[in-house]
Amino acid sequence: MAMAFGVLATQTGLSFLQAGAMSLIVYAGASQFAALGLLAGGASALAIILATLVLNFRHFLMSVALSRRLSLPPMLGFGITDETFVVASLNDRLTPAFFLGLALTAYLAWLSGTLIGAGFSSLIPPVISRGMGVALYAMFIAILLPGIKKSWINGIVAAAGALLAWGASLLLPGLPSGWRIVLAILVASAFGAIIGPSDQSAEDAS
Amino acid sequence: MIWVMIVGMCIVTFVPRIIPLILGRDLLLPSWIRRWLSFFPYAALGSLIFPGILSVVEGKPWIGVAAGACAALLALKARNAIFPVLAAIAVAVGLQLLTGA
Repeated sequence: MAMAFGVLATQTGLSFLQAGAMSLIVYAGASQFAALGLLAGGASALAIILATLVLNFRHFLMSVALSRRLSLPPMLGFGITDETFVVASLNDRLTPAFFLGLALTAYLAWLSGTLIGAGFSSLIPPVISRGMGVALYAMFIAILLPGIKKSWINGIVAAAGALLAWGASLLLPGLPSGWRIVLAILVASAFGAIIGPSDQSAEDAS
Repeated sequence: MIWVMIVGMCIVTFVPRIIPLILGRDLLLPSWIRRWLSFFPYAALGSLIFPGILSVVEGKPWIGVAAGACAALLALKARNAIFPVLAAIAVAVGLQLLTGA
């Protein structure tokens, strides 16, 4: 994933330093890929920053959910990503030390992967860099499946989220993809909360 | 312009992540909100996977679907994400080569 980002970033016209800096200080996979897409489409810096803010609203919600379970030093909030949040959420014995280790591992992997990808991008043929684009989705799928095995409701909620995001892309094509995802998360989760068995403890995953 | 974008993205990414942690314990939420929040990771994963996976290879949405299905099958057995991810990349690259990309 990170290598895919590094490769795509330099192919989009970012320098090695810019690609690395983005992973170093922005550190948000989906937003970084979205920024490359927008940049390739000729969007302004302001539009890209606004799209990032919208796309990152989910991190705010994830941070709220994590703060329910443990008290983390606020600086560690930097390490909240889709991946670390999901792994942390699914861990039954979540401690600040576990989160620190998880966040640090994910961060270093992301940063080093970006640098390797950006450094070697000229050597990688486009057919492989496009193939690497699928890595992000494969990882989301690999994280999602254990949750579905744990409870079918989680699978229904994920399917509802996918349907809503897809429906929104067809019905509201003017809506930026960040908003579509926020909308899908809010509605699909509400749906799960309504149809889910009431005895399923919210503490399980919140 | 790219540096402005990177610094701006840094700020709008960092601030929403830390605010709830600063408020932390003072942020008491009713149980229905906690229940709602508990489904966020699954809803987020679902909407991040689909329909985005269709656009991995421009004009050939089925390649993303096939690679994703392969990842899903392997993820049922695998203990971590690395194996399904590598297999999905291999499928995506292989299918592009087979269909003459």
